[in-house]
Amino acid sequence: MREFMLIFKQAFLTKARTKSFMITTIIMIAAVFLMANITSIIGAVKSVTGGDNEEILYVLDHSGELIEPLKAQFAAYEGDMTVVLSEESEQTLTEQVRNGEIDSFLTVGFDSANQIQAEYTSMNAMEFTLPMMIEDALQSIQTELKAEEMSLSSEQVQVLFAPIQFEQHSVSPSAKSEEELNQARGLVYVLMFLIYFAVIFYSSMIATEVATEKSSRVMEILISSVSPAKHMFAKVIGIGSLGLVQMALLGISGFIALKTTSSDMVDGFFSFFGFSNMNVGTIVYAVVFFLLGYFLYATLAALLGSLVSRTEDVQQVIMPMMLLVIVAFMIAVTGLGNPDMGYLKYTSFIPFFAPLVMFLRVGMLDLPLWEPLLSIGIMLLTIFVLGWFGARVYRGGVLMYGASRSWKDIKKAIQLGKE
Amino acid sequence: MALQLENVTKQFGDFTAVDHLTLTVGEGTMYGFLGANGAGKTTTFRMILGLLNANEGKITWNGKKISYATSAEIGYLPEERGLYPKMKVEEQLIFLAQLRGMSRTDAKAALSTWLERMEIKHYANKKVEELSKGNQQKIQVIASLIHNPKLLILDEPFSGLDPVNVEMLKAAIIEFRNSGATIIFSSHRMDHVEELCEQLSIIHHGKQVVSGTLRDVKRSFGKQNVRIHSDYDLSPLDSIAGVTSTHKSIEGAVYQIESEQVANELLTAALKSGPIRHFAIEEPSLQDIFIEKVGRVHA
Repeated sequence: MREFMLIFKQAFLTKARTKSFMITTIIMIAAVFLMANITSIIGAVKSVTGGDNEEILYVLDHSGELIEPLKAQFAAYEGDMTVVLSEESEQTLTEQVRNGEIDSFLTVGFDSANQIQAEYTSMNAMEFTLPMMIEDALQSIQTELKAEEMSLSSEQVQVLFAPIQFEQHSVSPSAKSEEELNQARGLVYVLMFLIYFAVIFYSSMIATEVATEKSSRVMEILISSVSPAKHMFAKVIGIGSLGLVQMALLGISGFIALKTTSSDMVDGFFSFFGFSNMNVGTIVYAVVFFLLGYFLYATLAALLGSLVSRTEDVQQVIMPMMLLVIVAFMIAVTGLGNPDMGYLKYTSFIPFFAPLVMFLRVGMLDLPLWEPLLSIGIMLLTIFVLGWFGARVYRGGVLMYGASRSWKDIKKAIQLGKE
Repeated sequence: MALQLENVTKQFGDFTAVDHLTLTVGEGTMYGFLGANGAGKTTTFRMILGLLNANEGKITWNGKKISYATSAEIGYLPEERGLYPKMKVEEQLIFLAQLRGMSRTDAKAALSTWLERMEIKHYANKKVEELSKGNQQKIQVIASLIHNPKLLILDEPFSGLDPVNVEMLKAAIIEFRNSGATIIFSSHRMDHVEELCEQLSIIHHGKQVVSGTLRDVKRSFGKQNVRIHSDYDLSPLDSIAGVTSTHKSIEGAVYQIESEQVANELLTAALKSGPIRHFAIEEPSLQDIFIEKVGRVHA
């Protein structure tokens, strides 16, 4: 236990005291604060630069009747859109758009059936918001005109367009209401991303650490004083604690940032990400799945790191493992929209996917308790098996030098470990 | 207090790395372990340390098997530098000493004595990677003996050191031996082994080809060297029966001879060509024995 604590402390402290670690942490915290205050910052920048993004929409009105209602419609909208009647010909305007003198122009008129006909011309075919706004505006102008033609009162028009009451109910026992789901989605997504990021980041840190100790040959001294298995687990737990501390720092600073920011978006942000009525259960599950996911992948990473003798080879050897994490993340992300999908249920019991997929399900659905517990059990078992297997590979792997970059080395390492 | 290896054999698949090795290193003695690259020295050390298990035979330290329970009694200097490049000297040595069972305060005290002795006190707060190769080796040596081990295993301790530092290190090791420690070390440098070790082994392809005390090894070799310095032509001497090899030098030549009679013949023959400046019968050097036993190719 003494040696275990020594290696644990060494793994934790030497890493925590490195400049790179401190700088990464500071940058991440700074990013959190920046994100929390982004609207105030944008506002501040706008007021300094004077906000020159006032847009002008040039309109060619063939009917001569549409320009005034259009102006009125746009005036009612928020935003800096000004509608200007153009006296130029269509050719001239097209030429001006092409030369970049103006952004776009609109041609409106009536067709033979007395319906509004409009054409929007701009350089960019990928523009969506403005054309949609124009279409909406013209649509309501047309409705108004037609209502007048048919001499309908505005009450009658309102009745015509009154929305129906539509609500969705699911009888699935695991389903949460749509509202709850939307709230959970943001929180689950953020936490899922944190788990994903942490697993990738800290696992590769472990693999690199082990390979560095091997390449600097300090490993030989270490394992002649401490058993390789003890060394491996102390290392994994040491870096894991480091990860927890870093995550906790991020979490706390995120909380402080959102609490202290003057931005009026916070309320919206809070409710959008489901932080306003933060589900304690979800947070607890996040910590549990973070730990399990970390140990699962870190043990694997330590095993893989012990196989290479140069730090340059680490990336190559942990590549397959990284792909596994990425696949797990992709599966989980596709499930954000519909967490009831069948394949999510199955993959949430596969150990390497479970940390993300089961977390998604447990965060978004009302699962019976046995499901997350079974998944946690499976992961614990896998971690145990990997740890046992890893310790065997490790024992031989750390003594192996030379160009090693294939999976066959695992067999060789176990063989050497037995000897 | 003795380290004993009995009939130790280690095989990796079909390859026999160590073949029936037997040796005893008594308390307070220094044992030299010679062999060409790949002869099985490091494998033997790893078996002594318990990192590898022998296929056959027994390794005991004071009658017990060496395990992690005895790690505080053992010091090990690996062949290549084994230190964290990015850790500071002091921190690192205290960490390694603690791993070998020392308390932090004791480690600190011992460390400052050793750093002073090795004349590297001013590097205590430098990172290891910032030091020169020789100074790193000194750190490595301190790491292996800071916890006062009873058994010290040194794999190539003098590599990368300049002559002044070699002397400093030798003095430290001898003093350590005199305080009662048992030391086993490997080297390519025959002169170091000759100077330091009471007993030695030469191993070749895992087999022990020579073993015993330095005196016995030299005696049983049978051959002696005759050194002649002369300004005249000594080539007729090469063909004298009983001369097994000749090394020409600027001053003259060194002849390896099978018996003392041959020395007389050499002297007579040399005087025939002209007066000589120097004539001596010398004991065979370890170098000669090594080359003879292991072969010129590996020297």
